[in-house]
Amino acid sequence: MTALNPAGWRPEMSVSGGADDSATFTGNRALMLEEPLIFEIGSTETTGVDFDDDAPAADPGSLMRSAPIGLPGLSESETVRHYTRLSRQNYAIDLGLFPLGSCTMKHNPRLNEKVARMPGFADVHPLQPQETVQGALAVINELAFWLIELTGMYGVAMSPKAGAHGELCGILCIKAALEARGEDRRVLLVPESAHGTNPATAAFAGFTVEDIPATKEGRVDLEALKARLGPDVAGVMITNPNTCGLFERDMKAISDAVHAVGGYVYCDGANFNAIVGKVRPGDLGIDAMHINLHKTFSTPHGGGGPGSGPVVLSEALAPYGPIPYAARYADGSLKLVEEESAGAEHPETFGRMTAFHGQMGMFTRALAYILSHGADGLKQVAEDAVLNANYVLRSLEDVLDAPFGPSGPCMHEALFTDEGLAEGFTTLDIAKALIDEGYHPMTVYFPLVVHGAMLIEPTETESKAVLDQFIGALRSVALRAKNGDPALKAAPHYAPRARLDETLAARKPVLAWEGNL
Amino acid sequence: MRYLPLTADDRAAMLAAVGASSIDDLFADVPPEARLDGPIAGLPLHASEIAVERHMRRLSKQNLAAADAPFFLGAGAYRHHIPASVDHLIQRGEFLTAYTPYQPEIAQGTLQMLFEFQSQVARLFGTDVANASMYDGSTACWEAIVMARRITKRSKALLSTGLHPHYRSVARTMAKYTRDMLVDGDPTLEAGTDWAALAAAVDKETSCVVVQYPDILGRIDDMSSLAGACQANGALLIAVVTEPVALGLIKSPGEMGADIVVGEGQAIGVGLQFGGPYVGLFACKSKYVRQMPGRLCGETVDANGKRGFVLTLSTREQHIRREKATSNICTNSGLCALAFSIHMTLLGEAGLRHLAAINHGRAKAAAAELANIPGVSVMNDSYFNEFTLRLPTDARATVHKLAEKGVLGGVSLGRLYPDNDALANGLIVAVTETVTEDDIAAFAAALKEVLA
Repeated sequence: MTALNPAGWRPEMSVSGGADDSATFTGNRALMLEEPLIFEIGSTETTGVDFDDDAPAADPGSLMRSAPIGLPGLSESETVRHYTRLSRQNYAIDLGLFPLGSCTMKHNPRLNEKVARMPGFADVHPLQPQETVQGALAVINELAFWLIELTGMYGVAMSPKAGAHGELCGILCIKAALEARGEDRRVLLVPESAHGTNPATAAFAGFTVEDIPATKEGRVDLEALKARLGPDVAGVMITNPNTCGLFERDMKAISDAVHAVGGYVYCDGANFNAIVGKVRPGDLGIDAMHINLHKTFSTPHGGGGPGSGPVVLSEALAPYGPIPYAARYADGSLKLVEEESAGAEHPETFGRMTAFHGQMGMFTRALAYILSHGADGLKQVAEDAVLNANYVLRSLEDVLDAPFGPSGPCMHEALFTDEGLAEGFTTLDIAKALIDEGYHPMTVYFPLVVHGAMLIEPTETESKAVLDQFIGALRSVALRAKNGDPALKAAPHYAPRARLDETLAARKPVLAWEGNL
Repeated sequence: MRYLPLTADDRAAMLAAVGASSIDDLFADVPPEARLDGPIAGLPLHASEIAVERHMRRLSKQNLAAADAPFFLGAGAYRHHIPASVDHLIQRGEFLTAYTPYQPEIAQGTLQMLFEFQSQVARLFGTDVANASMYDGSTACWEAIVMARRITKRSKALLSTGLHPHYRSVARTMAKYTRDMLVDGDPTLEAGTDWAALAAAVDKETSCVVVQYPDILGRIDDMSSLAGACQANGALLIAVVTEPVALGLIKSPGEMGADIVVGEGQAIGVGLQFGGPYVGLFACKSKYVRQMPGRLCGETVDANGKRGFVLTLSTREQHIRREKATSNICTNSGLCALAFSIHMTLLGEAGLRHLAAINHGRAKAAAAELANIPGVSVMNDSYFNEFTLRLPTDARATVHKLAEKGVLGGVSLGRLYPDNDALANGLIVAVTETVTEDDIAAFAAALKEVLA
């Protein structure tokens, strides 16, 4: 066990006058507890699971495992303590404002957790006979109905596993539609402000990516876009509201122009939370848009997933959507259209993009969220999210550079830059200083279209009092960065760890525990 | 609305502070013709917690939960007992409501957990390194094929006929658009795998050979000579594991020479959940690490020299490399990876081996009893906890008749391979530690009855 702190105070040391008077024997600091790796505290003989039976003599022949695996075990009590201690080294929405722009870190209602764990949802197998899972299919169908209504689109593909997987789904629909027309268009136009997933998805699906120029106001340059359109262009991928936090005013004109040359419009719906219940993408000529259920509809981010990325589709693209999907029949029964019936019911599908039927555990949560809010509550969600972001924007634009502030209101997120900070002070310093103030920092260095971006998305689940305190803290940190306070360079001072050496991690990657048990 | 803290007074004060006369001023960039003035017509309005819970419970009850029936389904998703502490721990708000650990100083909990997860997966698979998870097994499988193309600069992939048909379908969907060439086919109801044929077919144009272990029909086989054939031709061997509990009993793919091992981690710590979310496992030899998709957590030190963890080698990823990234994946399956890791920590090596032995033992008991039914035979001569029965009739109809009798009796091959009549009588049966002797007896009795 290496939990003990070799630099800490030892009985043989003098009582005072050490290098660090506050050093403790353990390395712990009261409630800030160090925790070793399971490989340092567990053993291969220990287990936290009891079985009713002795292990029978098993004989899989020559394939029998002989070499040790090297997996440490802990008793249940040790396991609970290990993970509880680890959890306390994390920041989370449950602890405070988590203003990561574009990530939409809003409150995760616990009713949704309870619902997802109902045995009829949590304990059903994806390949059970369909007559035994009618309620699960009803959840998919009901959520699909809401997504279609809220977006004004024609259909929805429910199976994509996350936002980027949804992008892939939409892009494959476009490919399939072009193929059905006998056209081999290779170019997708993507603005520089797009999430990295957009160009990565386009490339993953075999397209060539070209940039769409932006105006000085941070929006797509419609005239420049029109000039580039032609018979080689399969379509555009546009985020609306965009990653500068601005609504693309010309969205309908963009769609019309793209359609006029035979292309399709993909919309990255990561920021749909800003307009849910206020604007229907279907009214803007969108052909496909993924919806991150883990953003707009508040399924938990879980430290990096799982997400869920249903894709709403226009009438032009819906025939090519993936299998399987849940269909309701005249007698009220629900059925999965999958390999067996796709030939008859969905013949033009581009195929399957994942095993089974999508993120059921996220569907139940998102549906509970939507039913809780209703049409009126969802509209209020968008309005409060936009109000909160504008409040942050206007409260800080006197101390931080807001490049698009003068041109009008923002949507759900406020964008600032590092313009005006003291020489040698950066966006990163502000972010790390915010950690000491008890906040998770905003999204930094994204979008790429401004220098030293700070993208703040407060979301609608924060109160005015919380925003006022955050604004005060960021104002204080910004002023210190403008005045060149050297203490900022070493921030965070009070986190479980100081700044970590990312260069070392990449130069000599240590990606797994390499010791013996 | 219970989730929205702003009061009417707050809203008024904030609108005044931003210089707007109404909320509509803030939506001024939305063209009036696209703006909805009131709540969308025809949709329900907000509802109380009681009302929502009642509605969802009603839908939940329209499903037959696995715990309420003798249950024998597998084919890529397995029902295992999950210790109570797993679900408790993943609901800690600091795990549940955290984001991808972009700010490592305040995300060491998630990062250390990911480092432990990567280490557990690498050891279980017998490889050097593993990533921080993918969406699921099927997408991990396609990513492995693409990774092999990047490494070998070849684009012909040979898929074993024993690969899960959904995994194969995902690969076919993608290959259609990426112009990768797949050589694949349906399995046949035989005791042996097609691996010897694959070893003979691998050539200098082959980027990779993909085998599943145990395969879709439950068969297990030694991949050593196939690995040798791949190596001799400069191709990579990709092994797919959909039931990781098996590796508590049988050799790991890495041990037998697989270059990339991917899999579905659902069986450990993650419930059935009607197919998702699950957790894709992705591991490989360390020489290929820079071609891996997805996030990787690595060890480093902080400014005070203390050990800590960060996301690393991000220059492979979309948020840095954009169209040149190794994959478009962003959000992965973090919370399911946590559940996997906690369950694996509770089991430990001794527990995993014990669990695997019980699974195998119970499957043997079930196979013996089911094989006694007239007209029914067990096709496999090797298996872990899943085997394929040959019935005297179309298994699709049999599955429904069993369900009428309250038995969830396996996955028919007809559902997975609807166009292949030769497979119609096949039924895949999985038997885990959750199955009791009574369940086996009930299944055998019901099957005997519906086949009579």
